Amino acid sequence: MTKDRSTIAREFIDAVPHLRALGMEVTRIRDGCAEIAMNYDPRFVGDPETGVIHGGAVSALMDTCCGAAALSHPACVGWAATIDLRIDYMRPATPGQRIRAEAECFHVTRSVAFVRGRAMDDDDDRPVATATGTFTAGGV
Amino acid sequence: MVKQRRDAALKALVEGVPYIGFLGIEFERRGDELTAIMPFQEMLIGNPALPALHGGATAAFLEVSAIIGLSWSLLWDEIEGGTLDPDTLLLGDLPRLPRTVSFTVDYLRSGLPRDAYARARVNRSGRRYASVHVEAWQDNRARPFAQATGNFVMPRGDG
Repeated sequence: MTKDRSTIAREFIDAVPHLRALGMEVTRIRDGCAEIAMNYDPRFVGDPETGVIHGGAVSALMDTCCGAAALSHPACVGWAATIDLRIDYMRPATPGQRIRAEAECFHVTRSVAFVRGRAMDDDDDRPVATATGTFTAGGV
Repeated sequence: MVKQRRDAALKALVEGVPYIGFLGIEFERRGDELTAIMPFQEMLIGNPALPALHGGATAAFLEVSAIIGLSWSLLWDEIEGGTLDPDTLLLGDLPRLPRTVSFTVDYLRSGLPRDAYARARVNRSGRRYASVHVEAWQDNRARPFAQATGNFVMPRGDG
């Protein structure tokens, strides 16, 4: 059952136009945990002077990864729509490096899934950004 | 003449950011008031079944609106005060943009597959920090589909 849900979630993500446009790749999704990567692309730059990726692209990655974590949680029924998402930016991502987000759905009620995540570049020890979000969990 | 130079300065500011062009976001100016527009395109879709805009596209739209809104408000004061000639922006001498510290988005209803608009309000603009609130809507201005609050570190004048 859990494996089926994860497979469905992976196929769904692969079929989403915006995720295809950003070249996102699901590297892990299972039981409330997800890991999604996004390659560096000059079109995603937010600061032309430094070549640093725009916060909006990091937000899209975080939203997707946190939503995927919620969706893959066994207690989550139906589509996980974002209720709110907060991103804290620790430091600029190093230009040229792939960004990898990981998220964990750590609590689910009848209607809400609570998720936290972080994004890293090649330096695993110093996150680029962290995220905290809530998602719908109870179906429509 | 003044209006054209200001519009050109705004255009230079916006076109300097590749990700704004990637998402197809445009800005309209009425005096010092800016409206951001994100024309609908297929690649913004996040839920093909509904269909609905991707939450990440909405978040990026809000963040772009906030950063350009804040940056423009700083430039506007300098242009009005005569300390900045808008033509310098056209020559590629673009100002450093504010850096996002935190950004919190509330999704109020699903984004429909049509054009979206946003306006940012600078609630605090100090020497080092600024706080900006932004609302996005589609058909009905009184029914926003998303809102966000962002905190920013101001660009340093000394680079």
